[in-house]
Amino acid sequence: MHAVIPYVIAALLFALGGYGVLRRRNAILVLMAVELMLNAVNLILVAADSTIKSALTGVQPEAWAYPVPEPRAGAIFALFVIVLAAAEVGVGLAIVLQYYRLRRDVVLDEVMLDEHDQENARVTE
Amino acid sequence: MTAAVLIPGVPLLLGLVGLLLNPGDDAERRRPAATLGIAGTAISLLVTLGYLLFATKPIEWSAHWVSIGDVDLTLGFSAGYAALYVAVAVTTVALFVQIYSVAYLHDDPRYAPYAAQVSLFTGAMLLVVTSGDLVGVLVGWEVMGACSYLLIGHDRRLPEAPAAAVKAFLVTRVGDIGFLLGVAILIVDAHTSRIADILAGSPHPAALILILAGVAGKSAQFPLHTWLPDAMAGPTPISALIHAATMVAAGVYVVFRLYPLYDRSPAALAVLGVLASITILLGALCAMAQDDLKRVLAWSTVSQIGYLTGALAVGSPAAALFHLLTHAAFKALLFLAAGAVIHAVGTNYLSRMGGLREHLPITFWSFVAGLGALAGLPPLAGFWSKENVLAAAAHATEGGGPAPVWVGWLVWIVALFAVGITAWYATRLLLWAFLGVSRAHGPDGPDWEVGFDDARYTQPATPHDPPAAMRWPILLLAIPTVLLGLAAFAPGFRTALELDRPHLDVAIVLPLVLLALGAGAAWWLWREVPGVDPAAALGRARPLLAAGFRIDDLQDRLVVRPIRALAGAVTTIDDKVVDATVEGTGRTTSTVGAALAYAHRIPLPAVAAAVLGGALVLGALAALFGATP
Amino acid sequence: MTVADALMLALGAVAVGSAAHVVTSTHLVRAGFSLVVSLGAIAGLYLVLGAELVAWVQILVYVGAVVVLLLFAVMLTRAPIGPAKDLDRPAAPAVLIGGGIGLGLTVLLIDAFRWTEYELPPPGTGRRVGEQIFGAWVLPFEVLSILLLAALVGAIVLSRPDIGARPDPNAVAVPPGPPPGPVGESDEVVARLARIAARQAAAQQRVREQSAVVEGELVEGDLVEDAPVPEPTREDQLKDQARDVVFRAREAGPTLGARPETEERGPRIVESTVGRDQPALPPAPAEDS
Repeated sequence: MHAVIPYVIAALLFALGGYGVLRRRNAILVLMAVELMLNAVNLILVAADSTIKSALTGVQPEAWAYPVPEPRAGAIFALFVIVLAAAEVGVGLAIVLQYYRLRRDVVLDEVMLDEHDQENARVTE
Repeated sequence: MTAAVLIPGVPLLLGLVGLLLNPGDDAERRRPAATLGIAGTAISLLVTLGYLLFATKPIEWSAHWVSIGDVDLTLGFSAGYAALYVAVAVTTVALFVQIYSVAYLHDDPRYAPYAAQVSLFTGAMLLVVTSGDLVGVLVGWEVMGACSYLLIGHDRRLPEAPAAAVKAFLVTRVGDIGFLLGVAILIVDAHTSRIADILAGSPHPAALILILAGVAGKSAQFPLHTWLPDAMAGPTPISALIHAATMVAAGVYVVFRLYPLYDRSPAALAVLGVLASITILLGALCAMAQDDLKRVLAWSTVSQIGYLTGALAVGSPAAALFHLLTHAAFKALLFLAAGAVIHAVGTNYLSRMGGLREHLPITFWSFVAGLGALAGLPPLAGFWSKENVLAAAAHATEGGGPAPVWVGWLVWIVALFAVGITAWYATRLLLWAFLGVSRAHGPDGPDWEVGFDDARYTQPATPHDPPAAMRWPILLLAIPTVLLGLAAFAPGFRTALELDRPHLDVAIVLPLVLLALGAGAAWWLWREVPGVDPAAALGRARPLLAAGFRIDDLQDRLVVRPIRALAGAVTTIDDKVVDATVEGTGRTTSTVGAALAYAHRIPLPAVAAAVLGGALVLGALAALFGATP
Repeated sequence: MTVADALMLALGAVAVGSAAHVVTSTHLVRAGFSLVVSLGAIAGLYLVLGAELVAWVQILVYVGAVVVLLLFAVMLTRAPIGPAKDLDRPAAPAVLIGGGIGLGLTVLLIDAFRWTEYELPPPGTGRRVGEQIFGAWVLPFEVLSILLLAALVGAIVLSRPDIGARPDPNAVAVPPGPPPGPVGESDEVVARLARIAARQAAAQQRVREQSAVVEGELVEGDLVEDAPVPEPTREDQLKDQARDVVFRAREAGPTLGARPETEERGPRIVESTVGRDQPALPPAPAEDS
């Protein structure tokens, strides 16, 4: 197979995810875009698992180059990333919901980061 | 260490001790102060007299102090007879002034520091006189300047006193810069500060002319004479001490000490001669038009010191020294007597005096003696010393002396001319102040009040002769005023000063004629228009002369204002640039910190954009530049 | 161009296309569904590349759990169901940075790999992957499980306000009144909920009457009080708390029916340290502490 294909696909996914993070206003949509970025990374890991190892010939095996057949390090990393993404989405959505309870809206533009902004918002509300 | 250290040392030490005393108005505070002052001066006088009478050789003592590079600085004393005579004059006048001040300042609460400062001043002058090193001369010079500032500004109730003190200090300071540079050049060139060794060296016209700047400042010569008339705001005994006998003579004395160098430098003598001539004429002319009694005497001092420097310029230091001694005597007498008049009448202004002769007989006759000596009336002391000066000037016109011939001509003609003017204003002073009808109050009573606490009264009491403490110094000073001239006939005195033997020849007629003319003119004006100031004859020139030819204004415009502007500019730079820089670093740091704090509060979207954008930039940089070949 | 290549191209097109729809769509729910399609296509890509376990885990966890969670959040935050116009911020920084990233990465990767061919590895079965995980990677595996536990605990703590929250000293401990109404709802929903609440209150009242009659404590006339003021029971309180978890509207917004201002509220426990100087508090007739 030609390795460049999954890599380019991953690059495009990552770019789309970054575009989504910067462009979207709703917090949940931002989380969706972040999922896209994580998946792009996963794809690169899995693709690299197949391509880079097999291209390395005659290289001194290092600690991570296990002599056991088929050490699927890339795939295992991808599994870990999936688990992490799940945990992140769980906690992130809990935060978003809590924020929704306080402000009844999840627009990221209006997230208050400082007391001054809070007072200003209270005044303008 | 010789006993000569006592001469300047005792007044200096007792002065310093006296500064530690508390000022106060009560007798217990005044008595120790007066005792210290009088005792210090008296001891110094006694030691000096002892040296004069019993010493067989001049005082020479010096000790090595420090070596800077190859320049040896020494400290020591070196006084020949001439110096000892000057020291006697200084201590005598100082002693009389101390005694006089006890009565003159009898109600002054700050008498104790005053007496201590007078003592310090006396010690400083004696240090200048007896020092064998330029370092000592310099130290005494500066201490004198400081004490003069303190003493002129003594009476703080007078609004013009602090300004006058500052003016005196600053004007003499300008001269002191040149003095310091000249002394430094001499020391460095001779690699030593001992005067004897410096005199053996080569003359430096530049250094000598620079020293003349200091002489002009301290001795109130043109163009640095402007402080002296304003310094009359100080108490009258101070005027007698500082501005008659000591400080103004210090410059002349330094030139006298360094004369072997000046002898070989016609350029310096020429400069000195020009300065002297201008000063003689300037002082005499301005003295004609003054209304303030002390200012007449001040301008007269300027003129007479011009005679001294003129004598030095034409190559006769002996004549200068002789006139210095007689001037000390009669000018101190005049000032102290003027103090008595002011004390009695309550004002400085001649226009408010008059008819004092019957009330103040002793003071009147002392004035007669002093003014006669000032004018050069034979056989008073001033006649002999002025004759010496004129003879020296005339002698220099023949050439062959150290000074250029034109300097001799200049000094001689100006000095002669000034004899007449001096006689004129002396006579005018006498007539206007003492004779005639009293102008002390108008038809409705006095309408003026002067700021003398001891003489402030609205209803003038009858003037009277001064109390004993003030009277005796006047009387005692009258003696040398009359008789000092005859000391020129004493061989010991003459050889000590290296004077020529006085001879009466035709040359003395000319000054006498001029004297008669001047005095007669004043007398004639007085007779013709009685009750009117003879100075009114000056007409429209009078305001100009009274203002000192407006040289004060000129100095203000040329020097004071630019320096003030410069000081303002420097202050502004310090405020706006230096301070602003220092504060600016603080403010900048705070601003940057606030900006960073704001950056932490940027809303989330902008943060996300910043992070991703930064990652993009870094990645691009790494991809483009980070790849190792 | 092998079969694998063609498959990857197709699946990649699907993935990229649906990802583009995720980030540009104006419908929130449609964006969620596009995310499902994209993640599924990526799972297909994993399959082609031979990582079978990862593919199925992707389907299970990502598509099955994460997207569902996201859609739940969409529902709970009252996101607009139809098209929404204000979902996007200005495009400039996003296009710039996103485009830059895409361009840069694409160029980099194309430059790195060109058109080289690689052997497809043997598929990663569960057995093989399991050998690796519990062999070489067991420590990160355990740490991950602790991470999941922490995430779980954190999500719970964040979600329930009564756990871990400090008691507000200024809070007024009001005995729970009528169930708090929803906020921001349309009128018919409000009316419907009011009807439900009224029916509930009437039912509770009937139950209490019956029990009071049975126990003989009934007093005529006490029941003539207005309906919306029942004696709050324990389960009512729990229900209120549950409702509070979702709505949290007690302190804000209008409530259903008349807020019983005239009702006797019982002793007001003012726990404020400042005491009587609270202008916001209405002056209470009976105040202790």
